[in-house]
Amino acid sequence: MDVIIGLEIHVQLATRTKLFCRCRADYFAAEPNTLTCPVCLGMPGALPVPNRKAVEYALRVAFALGSEVQPRSQFDRKNYFYPDLPKGYQITQRAVPLAVGGELVYLLDGEERRVRIRELHIEEDAGKLIHTPDGALVDMNRCGVPLVEIVTEPDLRAPREAREFLRALRTLLRHLGVSNADMEKGELRCDANLSLSQDGELGTKVEIKNLNSFRGVERALAKAAQAQAEPLSRGERVMQATYGWDETRGELLLQRQKEEAHDYRYFPEPDLVPLELSPEFLAQVKEGMPELPWARRDRFVSQYGLSARDAEVLLAEPTLADYFEQVAAGVGDGREAANWVLSEVLRYWREGPPVPAGELAELIRRVRAGRVSRTNAKQVLEEAAEGGRSLLELLESRALEQVSDEEELRRLAREAIAAHPQAAADFRAGKAQALGFLVGQVMRATRGRADAKKLSQILRELLTE
Amino acid sequence: MSLTETLTALNQKELALADVVASLWKRIEEREPEIHAFIRLADPEALMRREEALSSQPLRGLPIAIKDNLTTVDLPTTCGSKSLSGFRPPFDATCVTRLKAAGAQVQGKTNLDEFAMGSSTEHSAFGSTRNPCDPDRVPGGSSGGSAAAVAAGEALAALGTDTGGSVRQPAALCGIVGLRPTYGRVSRWGLVAFASSLDTVGVLARTVRDAALVLSIIAGHDPKDATSLPLPPHDYTENLETKDLQDLKIGLPREYVPPGLSPAARGLVDRWCQALQELGAEVVEISLPLTEYALPAYYLVSSAEASANLARYDGVRYGLRVPGELMAEMMAATRTAGFGREVKRRIMLGTFALSAGYYDQYYGKAQRVRTLIAREFEAAFQEVDLILGPTSPTPAFRLGEKADPLSMYLSDVFTLPSALAGLPAISIPGGEVEGLPFGLQLIAPRLGEEKLLRAAYALEAALSA
Repeated sequence: MDVIIGLEIHVQLATRTKLFCRCRADYFAAEPNTLTCPVCLGMPGALPVPNRKAVEYALRVAFALGSEVQPRSQFDRKNYFYPDLPKGYQITQRAVPLAVGGELVYLLDGEERRVRIRELHIEEDAGKLIHTPDGALVDMNRCGVPLVEIVTEPDLRAPREAREFLRALRTLLRHLGVSNADMEKGELRCDANLSLSQDGELGTKVEIKNLNSFRGVERALAKAAQAQAEPLSRGERVMQATYGWDETRGELLLQRQKEEAHDYRYFPEPDLVPLELSPEFLAQVKEGMPELPWARRDRFVSQYGLSARDAEVLLAEPTLADYFEQVAAGVGDGREAANWVLSEVLRYWREGPPVPAGELAELIRRVRAGRVSRTNAKQVLEEAAEGGRSLLELLESRALEQVSDEEELRRLAREAIAAHPQAAADFRAGKAQALGFLVGQVMRATRGRADAKKLSQILRELLTE
Repeated sequence: MSLTETLTALNQKELALADVVASLWKRIEEREPEIHAFIRLADPEALMRREEALSSQPLRGLPIAIKDNLTTVDLPTTCGSKSLSGFRPPFDATCVTRLKAAGAQVQGKTNLDEFAMGSSTEHSAFGSTRNPCDPDRVPGGSSGGSAAAVAAGEALAALGTDTGGSVRQPAALCGIVGLRPTYGRVSRWGLVAFASSLDTVGVLARTVRDAALVLSIIAGHDPKDATSLPLPPHDYTENLETKDLQDLKIGLPREYVPPGLSPAARGLVDRWCQALQELGAEVVEISLPLTEYALPAYYLVSSAEASANLARYDGVRYGLRVPGELMAEMMAATRTAGFGREVKRRIMLGTFALSAGYYDQYYGKAQRVRTLIAREFEAAFQEVDLILGPTSPTPAFRLGEKADPLSMYLSDVFTLPSALAGLPAISIPGGEVEGLPFGLQLIAPRLGEEKLLRAAYALEAALSA
């Protein structure tokens, strides 16, 4: 039995304003009903005017997926009654979507997999209902926030593939700078269709709505596959159904059985003219495209000599990749920069970098110049990252600058020999470990700041004179 | 006195604004109880008080009547519907903003068929308006209040809206001038939508010059309306006066003089042709064979759009709310109580026309017919400059006479085709039939307002001589 999965993904575009009005679009954490106007509230006589930036962002996604952009697409009305839908219809694209076709290649266990894209279109979001013991309240802040809906072909063959595909899509969206694509915040939402095929024959399709975590996507699909496999193996038929997903209980919730004939009565939105995209505008959007993550990955490998695996980790977050590139430029050595970023910085990485790239580059330079020991450098980095203090200030205040001055080291070595004549005698008598003891004494006196390599060389010189 | 004459008298200090307002209100006291042209009137004292503030503006504070489906912040906007009884819009319609910017004041809100759906102004939740020429008869509709106010001398000029003839037909039935501009010439921002792809803001006035003057103020591109044409403002009063119409070829479609037209009406058409010829124009017979398909196409397209446009009156955010146990019950109860019979009829018709399985047969086909009608006009305008005909097949009918919806719809047969094609057209008084006003209609190609107004101006003079 093969699992066949297709996804419908809603991506919230990170435009400053909404899709058809000038209201601020970042409704997250805003007081309910404060980001509204006559247009997004559907007041009588108000009219929509499309947001150019939203179109541009959607086009970036289309170009990145290699989709075919329609030079003349069209907005349609999707009609249904719901209290969070102020106009009684949603403005979307149905008959002629913004773009069709394309694919996304993602890595599964280091292997390339491709998922074909069916279509991509622009639409407005609805508001939100807030359920209280006294009844439902409605928050219209989200009304009219721009979304891009991406519909895949049923090319995914396992719940895990769906998860990894979504992760890759999130990475792409972040690199394109069009969405923060945070599933927890609802900036990336996913509906999934699943069916089991037996002997090449397609089975009944079930739909799971509103999945809002990567884990949820995988678990819900696994559950749905399991729920289908059992009756099928007994030779029973599967009912067509739509489910919700209870994340905390890890259960599918039956929303409706069979496909209730929802008739949305789509028709062309008469308040808007068709979306005509001139070759000049399309060229301009193409020109403004950021470097795509897969191109960047190849460049990281060739330019900095990184392994594909390291490059992949750095590219998971565009801010991390940018950070790495800044550090690499400051250090003048990509691999060294990658080592530090991946093994030291990453563990302190929260929403952003724990220390500025310039400071980290400076630290790495000092380590490479022998001015700070690697151990001390890591310790200061940890303190700076966790204490939120400036790395360079810490470095100065702790006087961690390595003692590597010849004269100073010679003076310290003489002092140590004078203070421990027995050790000196032992060394001269052929006991090599005695040198280590003397190095340790100097290290203790300098709190580890002495350049150990140079120091042992000097001690050896003095003792064999 | 016409609007233009009143302005001249104000400019020459023969009259003060207070005199004008007082005489209008005297007229209102005399006629309004019988006519009922207004749903709501402004306070005349308040209008008078702004004389000084507005004395340097082009319209010098003169009151203009506004159809009650154009939003105004000063007075409630009801659309003649119980569902919006007492509704105060948060913004002015662009046409109202422009009138105010030119120094006009909102005189009051005129009665209309509910949501502009009708041809008699009998379908208003606030009572019928009567024809000033014969109070037993209707003023036409849906801008019947605006037409009656101007015809009764209660208003100097008024704004109306024309979706399928709602400015021209009442102008014809009341014996005044009614101008429908090219679709997109005047912003629809603040026009409470009935059928978005057909709705236009038009002018009802006593003379062609007055209509041209008001059009000059309200026309021009508006970034708030995506279907507004990117055209600069223009003074339409500039080139009204010409010696003759020798450069014009006028087409008289044989479909606009059908066998059913009364002999008196035919006589008037002959007289118009003769007047045009005397003015030097050439009059030729043409044919617009698709005319008969305009009515079904219009009712399908306009009702389909209306079914979506009126979905927002659900009781959630504004206007009437009838409580219900469940959300859906509240919405259904609100809409049942809020809308009148004709509105419900059209919502049902439009919902049906868009339904899965019927879309192509009804809405889709109607749109194809619409395209063909637009092409038929384009072809005709290759041959002629303007098209002539009656505005409506009959003069004003009696209240309650057209109880059958179809017979009511038929009073718009001559205004619907040009509306479907988005063309500018004007109705001017064309004489009398059975002692009642009978309107003459001229139709121009897209953006042909100048030519249209010049011919109408010349004909107006010739026919009143």
